[in-house]
This record gives sequence, structure tokens and C-alpha cells, in this order.
Amino acid sequence: MSPFSGALAPAAGEISARTASGSFTQIWLLIALPLLGAAILLLLGRRTNAWGHWVGVLMSAGSFAIAVSLFLAMRQESGGNRAFTQHLFQWISVGTFQVPFDLRIDQLSMVFVLLITGVGTLIHIYSVGYMSHDHDRRRFFGYLNLFVAAMLLLVLADNYLVLYVGWEGVGLASYLLIGFWFYKETAAVAAKKAFVVNRVGDVGLSVAVMLMFVTFGSVTFEGVLGNAPKASQTSLTLIGLALLLAACGKSAQFPLQSWLLDAMEGPTPVSALIHAATMVTAGVYLIARSNAIFNAAPTAQTAVIVIGAITLIMGAIIGCAKDDIKKALAGSTMSQIGYMVLAAGLGPIGYVFAIFHLLTHGFFKATMFLGAGSVMHGMNDQVNMRRFGALRTVMVLTTITFFAGYLAILGIPPFAGFYSKDKIIESAFAHSTLVGLVTLVGAAITAFYMTRLVAMTFLGKARWPDDAHPHESPAMMMIPVSILAVLSTVSGFLLLNNNWIVNWLEPVVGFEEPVLGFNVNILQYGTLAVVLVSAALGYVLYARRPVPEVAPVGSLLTQAARADLYGDAVNEAVFMRPGQYLTRFLVWFDSRVVDGAVNGTAALLGGLSGRARRTQNGFTRSYALTMLGGAALVIAALVLVRL
Amino acid sequence: MSTFPWLLALLVVPLIGAAIVMFLPKNSPALAKQFGLLVSLIVFALTVGMALQFVTAQAADFQFTYSFSWIPAFGVNFALGVDGIALVLIAMAACLVPVVMLAGWNDVDGSQGSVRGYVALILVLEAAIVGVFAATDLFLFYVFFEAMLVPVYFLIGRYGGPRRNYAAVKFLLYSLFGGLLMLASLIGLYVVSARITGVGTFDFTALANLNIDPDTQKWLFLGFFIAFAIKAPLVPFHTWLPDAAAESTPGTAVLLVGVLDKVGTFGMLRYCLELFPDASRWATPVVIALAVVGIIYGALVAIGQSDIKRLIAYTSVSHFGFIALGIFVMTTRGQSGSALYMVNHGFSTAALFLIAGFLISRRGSRLIEDFGGVQKVAPILAGTFLVAGLSSLALPGLSSFVSEFLVLVGTFERYRWIGVVATLGIVLAALYILLMYQRTMTGPTPDEVGERVTDLRGREVLAVAPILVIIVVLGFYPKPVLDVINPAIDRVMHAVNASDPAPEVAPVAEGTQP
Repeated sequence: MSPFSGALAPAAGEISARTASGSFTQIWLLIALPLLGAAILLLLGRRTNAWGHWVGVLMSAGSFAIAVSLFLAMRQESGGNRAFTQHLFQWISVGTFQVPFDLRIDQLSMVFVLLITGVGTLIHIYSVGYMSHDHDRRRFFGYLNLFVAAMLLLVLADNYLVLYVGWEGVGLASYLLIGFWFYKETAAVAAKKAFVVNRVGDVGLSVAVMLMFVTFGSVTFEGVLGNAPKASQTSLTLIGLALLLAACGKSAQFPLQSWLLDAMEGPTPVSALIHAATMVTAGVYLIARSNAIFNAAPTAQTAVIVIGAITLIMGAIIGCAKDDIKKALAGSTMSQIGYMVLAAGLGPIGYVFAIFHLLTHGFFKATMFLGAGSVMHGMNDQVNMRRFGALRTVMVLTTITFFAGYLAILGIPPFAGFYSKDKIIESAFAHSTLVGLVTLVGAAITAFYMTRLVAMTFLGKARWPDDAHPHESPAMMMIPVSILAVLSTVSGFLLLNNNWIVNWLEPVVGFEEPVLGFNVNILQYGTLAVVLVSAALGYVLYARRPVPEVAPVGSLLTQAARADLYGDAVNEAVFMRPGQYLTRFLVWFDSRVVDGAVNGTAALLGGLSGRARRTQNGFTRSYALTMLGGAALVIAALVLVRL
Repeated sequence: MSTFPWLLALLVVPLIGAAIVMFLPKNSPALAKQFGLLVSLIVFALTVGMALQFVTAQAADFQFTYSFSWIPAFGVNFALGVDGIALVLIAMAACLVPVVMLAGWNDVDGSQGSVRGYVALILVLEAAIVGVFAATDLFLFYVFFEAMLVPVYFLIGRYGGPRRNYAAVKFLLYSLFGGLLMLASLIGLYVVSARITGVGTFDFTALANLNIDPDTQKWLFLGFFIAFAIKAPLVPFHTWLPDAAAESTPGTAVLLVGVLDKVGTFGMLRYCLELFPDASRWATPVVIALAVVGIIYGALVAIGQSDIKRLIAYTSVSHFGFIALGIFVMTTRGQSGSALYMVNHGFSTAALFLIAGFLISRRGSRLIEDFGGVQKVAPILAGTFLVAGLSSLALPGLSSFVSEFLVLVGTFERYRWIGVVATLGIVLAALYILLMYQRTMTGPTPDEVGERVTDLRGREVLAVAPILVIIVVLGFYPKPVLDVINPAIDRVMHAVNASDPAPEVAPVAEGTQP
């Protein structure tokens, strides 16, 4: 039991904070360094080609160093006194609408800052190797730094509008990086799609902020979250639902999930950093941050759980059918974020574990994405797993590190996911058996598709294309991967040791011990058994049997899963095609009807249109000239009269 | 306050400049351009000087007032003065004129009209713009309002694209029609003022203090409003704009859409609302409907365009919908947001038109389908175009976001559902900008593009860089502009007798906990 939970202590988090002093006045530097890096690399352009990538690494690493020092300083403070705010300047000020550009660092943002800068720096280093043959590597690092700065602003904002700046800032960075190889049509289309779908979510964030202002007269965390209990149930529910829409966009949750799979068009380090470890988890951050709203809005909480549950199953099913290693991992990311969203919907029994799983997932999914990048590096950018197989023989370190991530996501003790995912399953069962069962089924499917993935890639027989000569990747890439693999192995145990993560986050997000109606050990062993059976099935099907190089037609479900469960087909039928017809009709309407009516009237008024056309030009020009002359005369006369 | 007649200087300097340009030797166009740029820079410097003298605390009052009796028989004064809103609009115009001169350095070489004529017309237009924003006498306002048409008519009709005559005539007829209605209302207003006070007047402050009976207000309001709705333009009075913008040179398009059209929304805010408060409230439902339809309709039609310049023109139709919406929701947020929007839209549209102009002149086509993969051959051009586009789609951190969000909040405060519908415009904005960017800048590079499209030259970078810097700076620090706008908006809100809705939860002092 945590020392703060109990009858008297509130389950909700506290939002009060002190003005930053001492080392905490460096909060702004966390953002400023990568922003400066982005400015140098993007504004100075080609001049920085030779050394630009190292500027990128350095800025990210500098930000990480500051993050670590702030973390150590924060640990010196007592639990309720770890939140600090920093006022930079007054941003918008119109009457009672006051938006300061303020930053906040507390326990919740601290863990995000460490994750973003830590994993971010490792991925920067990895990219130096991965992108070494790309002549545009400097631009890549400019965008990466821009992403880090925007993501830090997102988690360090002290009000919802500054958060919005970071929120769309990461969307922009994501757009730029998905479309990094812009000369590929598919990449450019995927980038645009990601931005536009995210904008649908951003409508939710906009509406949420507007609702906050009309409800609380404020958009600051303190003004909104501190007063949440005073607001009406309706207002809180609406705010919660609007925030959920925002989270669906950024975190690729149903029904706004379709962009994430296409986002794999971006370079693999981007998939690892943005579309697995950090940006896509922003929705979970948003919900956890707004815990005071959701705690008081049960309807919105239920909606959060439902969305999380749907996505968790949907992503897992998609992950089962993909032959593209990155898309399989992307389906997995959707699914894992579904877990986090679901946990965040459970209220005080779930917030802490949502964030806990977010951290461990950040490590193990980054490990696997970077591992996939290593495989692609050795296989001439091949992504089709049907042409992999037996890579364990030539890429030993990649295989070992990937397996650390694999065991972690399966939840095999003592790997990280065992601790974090089991906690979510436990809380889900504490909430209701139905939700618990969904998480359990999800765990089973996860074990299956992940086993399928590693079996097709590393085990079985080689199905390599003739021109492929797979080899282990350079140290520049494998050192960061190895560090992440170690974190995937030990982070779960370390973070939960002595209930550390619970005690650390509780002051901000609140905590209640989940209460199960049965022995927790039954659940743990049961989960493990389900996972092992499912993994064994995957092993038998994909490692012991030959994998055909061309995908078999498969069942209806397989076909549906390959087509992303028809998410795109629905979008196209419901929005895109009718939208195209509508715009085409309106263009016609505008030129023929609106403009036509005016031209027709003009022609009628001017008598016969033919005659008008003949005299029009000369007439009006002389008319205008007369007007100019007349005006000049009048002005001259008037001035003279006055004199 | 200084006694230097700033506004008169801003009015006279470009006119003198224009006159001198016409006497420069005909065979040295470069000299005319250099001189024109110099004059516009002098005007800019004067504007900076004036802005520094402006007293922010009294931004609701007319400052730098200058007046002499002009037509005593009708009580017409040549009266100038600026409040905070007029000040920022004049400042925006004074920023954009030198930029337009520099960016369009070679745009009119070899066209039907002479280069020095082009330079002179732009300077005359600048004077008219200063006059229309600075006039505090309604008759004088009307004179400048009509006088603006002349240089624009010639700028489109002589220096434009293939269908320039059609576009110029269309622009002129629309504007004259609106002007005629306004003239009728103006005379009516004069008569009403004479009836109420015994002495007819055109003085804005005196007219704003009249208590005109609501029924009369409605008729007078309509004359002004329709003139402004054509100028702004609001749907369904907008179809002249795409033609005019597409057929004129990029520089003319910037001044037309970025600056001149603001007279419409500026007029709604100052003249419609303050002179006819009852009628404005009476017309609110219709105007809001037109504005919201304009936001969505303009954006959808923009998405369907195949011509880059027409596309940009339609984005402006959508943006003018936002501005009109903010004005007529009668909240502080909405109106301050709209006033700020007028400034921000000027810069982001200027950037879009100018960079699109650079692109179009290189390739020799305005059609989107003729482009592709430009980013590969001209990364700086593509990068600046993207920043301009992101500003147009109101990315947070760039200037348009602040104003657009203020308009949305201001709308939402009073009309929830209308606020939500208007917010959907941000999705459409992402579509029209990024679709255009995708089709022109990304993908494989066709041979014609690879051969003809070169990256931006030094002069071109120098022209657009200041605008992009302003867009970023105002995105994070709009305070200097908002500080001078807000008091003037308070005056308008007071005049229409409107107050902001109170929040659901009574605000508590910062820092106190329940």
C-alpha cells in the first residue's frame, strides 16, 4: 500500500505547484536546446551537411543531461513538493482569456522528459549509422530535433493551449518525417494522411480547450483541474469526450487509427521514436494529466475504456496478418497503446500503470523497431518477413536484443512487460471481469503475432532474395539497441521495486489499490499460461512449418486484417469519395450558379450581353480614368476653396 | 504626443513618390523600381516612427488626429486619426508594400503597361489604403474607399494574366455596385444626423453617438454592410475575388487580398457595429450564417481547385468567413481575434501568393497538375512555401493560430454548435494546404519542372524572409498587436452594448485551492 492512499487521502492527483527556483529554472533549456539544434540544421541548410548530425545528437544529449540533473534534484524534494512552474512570458491576453506561456515540471512530466530525451538520444545516435548513406541526413536530424523540442513542450506545458502548441508541433514533425523521402509518392501521401487525420483529433482538443474556458474561465492546469469538482457533470463529460477524441487522433486509437500503419513509410528510427515510444503515447499523457476531469466524469471514462479495448484487440488482429515487419509492429503499437488508454480509463486504479506500461513499452518497442531497422539495413531495405527467416545465424546481436523486446512484450518474467502489463490486466479485472477478459485475450493474441514475427524473421529457414547478403549492423546502431534491450529486460523490475513508480506518480495522478475478488497469483499464472500456449501455437505454425514466400489467400479474417480491418475502406467510402464528389459539385456550383447568376444579372442589367461585351473594356477603362481625373479635380478644387 | 502630422505624411509621401516616378525617364525601368522601393521604405520607416509614438493606454481613442474643414457646406472634414485597429492595419500595409515591390521586381517587365506606371500605381494604392484606414470622417472614408478602385483596376487590367480584362471589369463592377449602396446609406446617414442634431455631420464619433431609431438603422446598415461584404468578400459575393487574384500579378494579389479586402471587415467592425448597433444585432443571425457557410464552403471549393492562385484565393474566402464570424459573435475574444486575424491573414496570404508567384513564373503555368517534386530541385522555395502554408492552416506557433483560436473561442462562448462547426474548418484547411503541397512539391520531379524550376534567388529570399519572421514572432508574441487592439475592441463592444458570457464556475483567484 502506498502511504498516501487511505480513507482520508484523496485518490485524485494534486495540481498545485511552486514557482521554479534553483536548478529548476532550467526547465526551458530542455526545450531550447533541441529547438536550437533544429534551427541551426534547417536554417543553415547544406552548409551543415558535414557535421550537422552531431549537432543533433549533442542537443538531444544535452537535454537528456539536464533532465537527469532535474530528476536528481526532484528526488531531493518530498512527494507533494515536486511540482514546479516557470513563467516565460504572457502569450495571449484578451480580457479574461489569459494564456501565459508557462512550463511545469512534476513527477508525471519528469518521467516523460526522461523517456523522450533518453530514448530520443539513443535513437539519434542510432540514426547517425542508419542514415549514413542518405545525402539528406542533416535535414533528418533537423526534423528529429524539432520533434524532440515539440514533444518536450507538449509534456512540459502548464496549460492546455501551450500543450496544444506541442501537440500540433509533434504532428508537424511527424508529417515531415513520415514524408522524409518526399520523392516517393506513397511517403508524401502517408504524411498528409497522418496530419489530416490528426487534425480531426485536434478538433477534439480545440473543443476541449474552448469548453474548459467557458466552464472554468481558464485554460491553465491549475484553473481547470483544480476546479474540476465544482463543474457540472455535463460539462465534465463533454470535456472528457473531447479530450478522448484528441487522444484518439494522436495515439492512433479507433476510429482514427488508420494513419499509423501508413506512417511506416518514414525512416525506421522515426517509427521507433515517434510512432512507437513517444508521440503516439501523448494521448495517454493527456488523459492521465486530466485525471481530475475523468475521475468526475464516469461516462467519459467508460468511453475511454471502450475505445482502448476496441483498439487493443483491433491492433493485435492486424498485427497477426501483416507480412511487412514494420506494419506488424505498428499494429502491435496500436494494440499496446490500447492497453494504456484502457488503463487510463479505469481511473485511479489505472493511471499509474498506464504510465508504467507506457515507459516499458517505450523501451521494448523501440528495441524491436530499431531491431527491425537493423534487419532492413542488412537486407537491402526489405520489409517483407516472408523473405527473411534464419537471420539468427547472421545477425546474432540483433536477434538477442530483439528477443529481449519480444519477451518483454509477451510479459515473460522478469522482462519489463511482465510487470507493467500484468498490472493493467489486474486493474482491468478489478474494474470488471469483461474488461479483464478483453485484456487477457489481447495478451494471447499479442503472444501469437509476436511469435509469428520473430519466427518468420529470425527462426526457420532462410528465404532471402538472391541479392541479399545479410550482415550485422555497425556498432553505432547496435550500441543504442543493446542499451534499450537491457532496459527492456530490467526496467519493469526496477521501476516497480518498492512500489517506486506508484509512489512517484501518485501525487500527480492519484492512486487506488486495485481490489481483486480472487487471488492475484491465479491471475498471474493464468495469464502466463495463456501467453505461453499462444506463443507455442505461433511457434509451431511459423517456425516449424515452411513459410510460403507468397502469402496464401487466407481466411476472411486474415484478409480483413491485412486490409487493416477495412479502416481505410470505410474512410474512403464514407469521407473521401463523398468529399470528392462534394468538392467537385461545389466547384461547379460556384462557377456556374453563384458566379453565373451574377454574370447573368450583370448582362441583363447592361442590356444585351453581346452589346455589353463589345463596349465593356473601353467603356469601363475610360470610366475609371474619368473617375480618377474627376476625383483629382474635386480634391484640388476643395483644397483651393479652403485656401 | 508629438505634433508631427504622421498620417498626413503617410498619405502624401507615396503620392509625391508616384508623381515623381511618372517623370523618371521611360527607358530605365530599374530606376523606377529602385525609386519606388525607396519611397515605400520611407513610408515604412514613417509608420514605425508613428507606431512608436502611439499611446497604447489610449488605443481606443483616435490618435495623431489631423483635421481641416473641407466642404463646410456639408460639414465634411478632411479628418484623419487612428485607433489601435487602424494602426496595426496601416502598419501591415506599410510592411507589405516594400515586400511586394522587391518580390515582384521582374513581374511586369515586358507587360502591356510601363514599369514606372506599375510602380506609381502601387504607391497611389498605398496612399489610398492609408487614407481609408485613417479617415475619421465618413465622407472622406467613402472617397478613399472609391479611390482605391482606380489603381487596382489598372494594376489588374494592364499588368495581369490572359483574362485580366474580364477580371478587372468584374472587380470594378462589383465594387462600384457596393460603393453605390454605401453612398446611398451615407447620404441617408447625413440626413438623419441633420434631423436629430440640427446640423448634418460626417464625423465618425459624432455619428456613433447618435441615437438612430432601429428601423432607420436597418436600412442604413444594409448599404454599408453589402458594400463591405462585397469587399471582404463574404459568400455569396465572392466570385470576383478568385478571378481578380488569379489574373493579377502576385504583388497585386497580395495588396488586393491581403490588404485591400480588409477594408471590408474593418468597415464591418468599425462602421456597421458602432454606427448601427441595433441593426447589427438584428442582422447577426444572417451574418453568422453567411460567415460559417463561407468558412466551410470556401475551404471545400479551395480543395477542388486546379489552379494554384485560385486555390489561395478561395482559402481567403474561408478566412474572411472566420473574420466576419468573430466580429458578429459580439464577444471580446471574437472581435479581438478578428482584428488580429486581419493582420495575420495579410502576412500569411502575402507569403503564399508571393512564393506561389515565384513558382509559377519559373514553370510558366498556374496549374497544379503541371508541378511535382519541386522540393527536390528547389528546397528553399518548397520550405518557405510550406511555412506559409502552415501559417494559413493555423499551425500553433505561427501567427494565424492565435487569431483563429480567439475567433473560435469567442464564437463558442456564445454559440456552442456554431463554434464546433467552424472548428471543422481546421481539418479542411489542413487538406487544402497539404494536398496542394503534396501535388506540387513532392513525388517524382517531371522533366519540365526539373529543367525550369530553380531555387529562390537572393532578392526573393530577402523579400519573403521578413514576412516569415513576422509570422513566427507574432505566433509566439502577439502581445504588441493585441495590446493596441484590445482597448479599441472594448470601445466597439461598449458601442454595441454587448458583454461576454460568464464562465460556468466562478473564477477563483490564482493560486487558491478549494
